[in-house]
Amino acid sequence: MSSPTPQATSLSSDPIPTRQFGDGAISLEPGLGEKDMIINFGPQHPAMHGTLRLILRLNGEKVSGSEPDMGFLHTGFEKLGEYRTYNQFIVVTDRMNYFSAMANNTGFACAVEEMLGIEIPPRAAAIRVLMCELSRISDHILGIGLQGMDMGAFTPMLWSFIEREKVYDVFELTSGGRLTTSYTRVGGLAFDLPDGVEYRVRTFLDRLDDTVRDMEGMLARNRIFMDRTVGVGVLTRDEAIDYGLTGPLARASGIDRDLRRDRPYLGYEQYDFEIPVFTDGCVYSRYQLRLAEIRESAKICRQVLDSMPAGEINALGSKATLPSKDDVYTKMESLIQHFMLSMPGHGLKTPASGEIYSATESPNGELGWFLISDGSAVPYRVRVRPPCLFAFQSIREMIQGKLVSDVVATMSSLNVIAGELDR
Amino acid sequence: MSAPHTPAPQDAPEGDHPPLTASEKSYLPSIVKGIGITLQRFFKPNFTVQYPEVGPYDYAAQDRAIGEVNPRHRGEHILVKDEQGREKCVACLLCMAACPALCIHIEPEPAPWDDRERRPKVFEIDMLRCIYCGYCEEACPCDAIRLTPKLYTPTTSRTERVYDKERLLENNPEAQVPQRPRK
Ligand code: SF4
Ligand code: SF4
Repeated sequence: MSSPTPQATSLSSDPIPTRQFGDGAISLEPGLGEKDMIINFGPQHPAMHGTLRLILRLNGEKVSGSEPDMGFLHTGFEKLGEYRTYNQFIVVTDRMNYFSAMANNTGFACAVEEMLGIEIPPRAAAIRVLMCELSRISDHILGIGLQGMDMGAFTPMLWSFIEREKVYDVFELTSGGRLTTSYTRVGGLAFDLPDGVEYRVRTFLDRLDDTVRDMEGMLARNRIFMDRTVGVGVLTRDEAIDYGLTGPLARASGIDRDLRRDRPYLGYEQYDFEIPVFTDGCVYSRYQLRLAEIRESAKICRQVLDSMPAGEINALGSKATLPSKDDVYTKMESLIQHFMLSMPGHGLKTPASGEIYSATESPNGELGWFLISDGSAVPYRVRVRPPCLFAFQSIREMIQGKLVSDVVATMSSLNVIAGELDR
Repeated sequence: MSAPHTPAPQDAPEGDHPPLTASEKSYLPSIVKGIGITLQRFFKPNFTVQYPEVGPYDYAAQDRAIGEVNPRHRGEHILVKDEQGREKCVACLLCMAACPALCIHIEPEPAPWDDRERRPKVFEIDMLRCIYCGYCEEACPCDAIRLTPKLYTPTTSRTERVYDKERLLENNPEAQVPQRPRK
């Protein structure tokens, strides 16, 4: 039995279709050298954060080409949006980004409110800001912990999980759910802040400083960590702009852009905070940037707690939110409004051909929602602009010519959320 | 609507971090420092909860203890009974319409009582499909369905997870208080 030569097997029976990207410099197929081989990194790989697949062309230890492949967690969230009312879709946004569900809840609610022209009360806005910043802290601290873990530093990861649990305790007290919070509603919030949350958040923030300092002490000037991260996975400023990167990845590459400051929503302009920007664009810069953002978010949280306005949490005048339960039990108009919002075939009054693109700064970058309404209570189209989509594409540039171990380091610095990426 | 990219800062330093010093390069001080931080942590309060022995809510007031049952916790549902032990539900189907997971099934029938017109003949919640979002509770105009802090009970078959009216009425007796608990 004559078996084909090894490189012939790897070439001819290769199921990967021939595709060219950009200028063809990092295509997978043509010019496959004799020593090159193609391996699948993921979707079932411990170093891939989620079901992500990266097809690598390796020349020895060096990556000579790569293609990110997405769609393994495709759940049809956008299509679901065409069959769910605006408020029902909020539970879907939880599941889209399981690292920071609160930020997604808020982003979607803000988009619908912008389309309908609803002004939410200052207390609701302040609570949303608080919850967004807490989820930013938990997202970033876990991102750093996992980054350390991928580099072999296991201990900081456990500490970061402790901090995340504390944030989730706050979420659970407030919304009733730890991971799937479903806390916002169009025009306001599901519940007001309960007693004791302020104390809990303040103690959390005080202890957070210690943990961040400890994590920094373990990682920041550690030679092993620095050797693995400095100058690895570099994305220059121009490349980052070309790929449409936003959020921490863009700011680590020197793009000074943050929607919280550049296009303020929810009253972010009242709070005093810095937008940290780093210029190297390497994995270490992203680590430094996340650390700096945690500190800024903690600052915002303290300011929100200090200046928490009193009052309603729902824009009751807009007829878009359910009236309070006490009113529903006792007042006729409230009961009618409750029925008008809840009955099948009724619901939110939307413009006959409304269209909005609204974006908020989620922990991973610009989270955009493009909504089209057709006058019914159900959106005609819901489209998400997930920040991770652009981050995952750009990994091709970051790992070109680098070692396989750098792929792991780069991957963990992107903080790609598969649920949001594949939608 | 968003601002254009601001130009790169002119006075940006060459690189974000100073290079490693000789002592940092030699590993030894880093190891001592790392062990020091880890040892400090060793003497801090323990965060772990020994879950099956200690429930998620009844541990003594520790760092993260919620301390008492969180009234907002979204666990298994109950159907609320009124003073005479009948279900409060009037089969208005609002919860069915509000449910994003489409897991509530109600068949109304005329009520034999004077104070309402309809009551549910069949009231089923598919607990496997339910995402415990609490929208049904929010939509109910007469406080007839509540999510309670009860955690999920394991079962051995799928059909057991479809709760019918009787099961929902008896589900979590502690939560059967006539007044709606403050949330
Ligand atoms: S909790 Fe949500 S998913 Fe479950 S029955 Fe109620 S509305 Fe439906
Ligand atoms: S539980 Fe409440 S909302 Fe659902 S049918 Fe009964 S009365 Fe209506």
